[in-house]
Amino acid sequence: MSDEKKLIYLDNNATTKVDEIVLEKMIPYFSKLYGNASSMYDLGAKSAQAIKAAREQMMGLFNANDPKEVFFTASGSESANMGIRGILAADTTKKHIITTKVEHPCVLNLYKKLEKQGYNVTYLNVNSEGALDLNELEEAVNEDTALVAVMAANNETGIIFPIEKISQIVKSKNPKTKIYVDAVQAAGKISIDAQKWNVDMIGVSGHKFHAPKGIGALYVKTGTLFVPLIEGGHQERGKRAGTENVPSIVGIGQAAEYALAGLADESTRVKDLRNKLETSILKTVFNARLNSSLVNRVPNTTNIGFEYVEGELILLHLGDKGICASSGSACTSGSLDPSHVLKAMGVPFTALHGSIRFSLSRFTTEAEIDYTIKVLPEIIEKLTKISPFQRELKELKDVKSGND
Amino acid sequence: MWDYTDKVMELYRNPKNVGSIEDADAIGEAGSLSCGDMLKIYLKLDEKGIITDAKFQTFGCGSAVASSSILTEMVIGKHIDDARKITNQEIAEALGGLPPEKMHCSVMGHEALEAAIANFYHEDVKCPEKGKVICKCFNVTQETIESEIKANNLKTLEDIMNYTKAGGACGKCQNEIKRILDETIQSEKPLTKTQMILKINNVIDKYISSELRKDGGDIELIDVEENKVFVKLSGKCQSCNRSQLTLTHFVEATLREHISPNIEIIQV
Repeated sequence: MSDEKKLIYLDNNATTKVDEIVLEKMIPYFSKLYGNASSMYDLGAKSAQAIKAAREQMMGLFNANDPKEVFFTASGSESANMGIRGILAADTTKKHIITTKVEHPCVLNLYKKLEKQGYNVTYLNVNSEGALDLNELEEAVNEDTALVAVMAANNETGIIFPIEKISQIVKSKNPKTKIYVDAVQAAGKISIDAQKWNVDMIGVSGHKFHAPKGIGALYVKTGTLFVPLIEGGHQERGKRAGTENVPSIVGIGQAAEYALAGLADESTRVKDLRNKLETSILKTVFNARLNSSLVNRVPNTTNIGFEYVEGELILLHLGDKGICASSGSACTSGSLDPSHVLKAMGVPFTALHGSIRFSLSRFTTEAEIDYTIKVLPEIIEKLTKISPFQRELKELKDVKSGND
Repeated sequence: MWDYTDKVMELYRNPKNVGSIEDADAIGEAGSLSCGDMLKIYLKLDEKGIITDAKFQTFGCGSAVASSSILTEMVIGKHIDDARKITNQEIAEALGGLPPEKMHCSVMGHEALEAAIANFYHEDVKCPEKGKVICKCFNVTQETIESEIKANNLKTLEDIMNYTKAGGACGKCQNEIKRILDETIQSEKPLTKTQMILKINNVIDKYISSELRKDGGDIELIDVEENKVFVKLSGKCQSCNRSQLTLTHFVEATLREHISPNIEIIQV
């Protein structure tokens, strides 16, 4: 295979390839089975049946009690907005809400907006390994706390938050406080368990676990009051209007079933590949450092900082070799601020701008990891020669080799 | 993915003049590690002031490397005083353009070159700590913001973020930046005749009349036509044989300092 044709996709936390079997299941609903699920004839009924089946598949992914606890949305962001806004609109008497400093923008930006609308917000800190201080959470919850929004797994570092413990703490301090869990980066990687977690809402996004883009789902525990975000027809039991996106609903349902079945593969084969990649980079590249805890991570993600070189430049050179990854560098985005997650963890400036996230999937092969392990050290070596921090790099190299 | 030109792509892949010059005649730096990009430029000159070699080291993205590389190529062979005339727009143009969000890379190139030339001439380098820091995240001063607004004809907050990075992180300084933008744009606009008359009268009252009165004279504004300011001296100043010197060396100079360097005083 020539370098031009090579494509090694290690950015699965950004999006994933649609599984071909998922795609096959979806195709009839674009063409032959195109009926509106609300229509009173057989073509419509077939769509309604497909949605019902997908809802049951999603129920399995969430470990929900009832298919009625599953609502289809258009994205993880919509799930978060529908859940958080919906809960707060159902009870406007309480004005305190809690989240963490490392949430996805779909939660953080919404919270910033709510803050401007009069909500009193607590943003929980994380430590250098990305873990929450549960004592801080316990102290924060009070009688006025309407909602705690927290992620199950972080998109940049893969760090897993202990949702079950979080729920116990929150509910013991204030049983009326609702909990929204952003499980977008957990789906397909670790078990999502609405029963065990004992939370009120959970949001996921299809394209993070091999379903198409533009489809998400929201688990809402039976009895949870929420006001719809989108008003209109009676679809989704009046809680989310709009003609159902049947092919994508079929896709996310099927992908959910495969995600559940693939959890064992994620925790063994994918984790082994991730560990191989990570261990090799940390061993062979002297200016590499791990930006997370070694434990409590989803199996597919690693985030490595390369000191004194810049992230976008690393990505461009990796891209030239056909390797797709992602960076916490500001230069890769419209924003000029580097990753808020790595900043909250206190990752030093020396590595903050040169941090790269590698995220694997069930389709990642060992040959791809071997190739990445081969070319990455050469790229970093080339880029350290361009850096103006030659003295610092030499000192770092001396320290590292001295330790060896 | 940024819409980089072929030239930018070529230069981030194969940058020219990477490295340092051991016995450099001038070294200049811009940016910092904490801000996410930094450039160090080294120059070697001959006895006539011609730049014979230039090298760079960059901590930055693809466009920072490309901007640094093209800048070293642009200055080699130029007299240092001609190199000083290179603008950040010319750096960007030599690359076939940069995405708007990456224009700060060309500004960084220009700043590093300015610093190197100042180093050669043993001039004071513009030190960010010396000015009022507006953007604390990226340590950008009011002076930098004002000069980039003027040099690049910036019109919006977004433009300023793209060219200086100021306001692009926490965003707390954005209102302050907007104020500077409005004031700088306003100061660039030609004044109307009424505004000019009011401003001249203010300067006369504040800085000029009081000094002339000490010598038993005074001054009166008669009319204004564009940059021509018609005045009439009174009292002892009217008959003073050094009145023309007073008008040019004191009155005109004071008005030029406070209002516009183009002002011309005419006695009626």
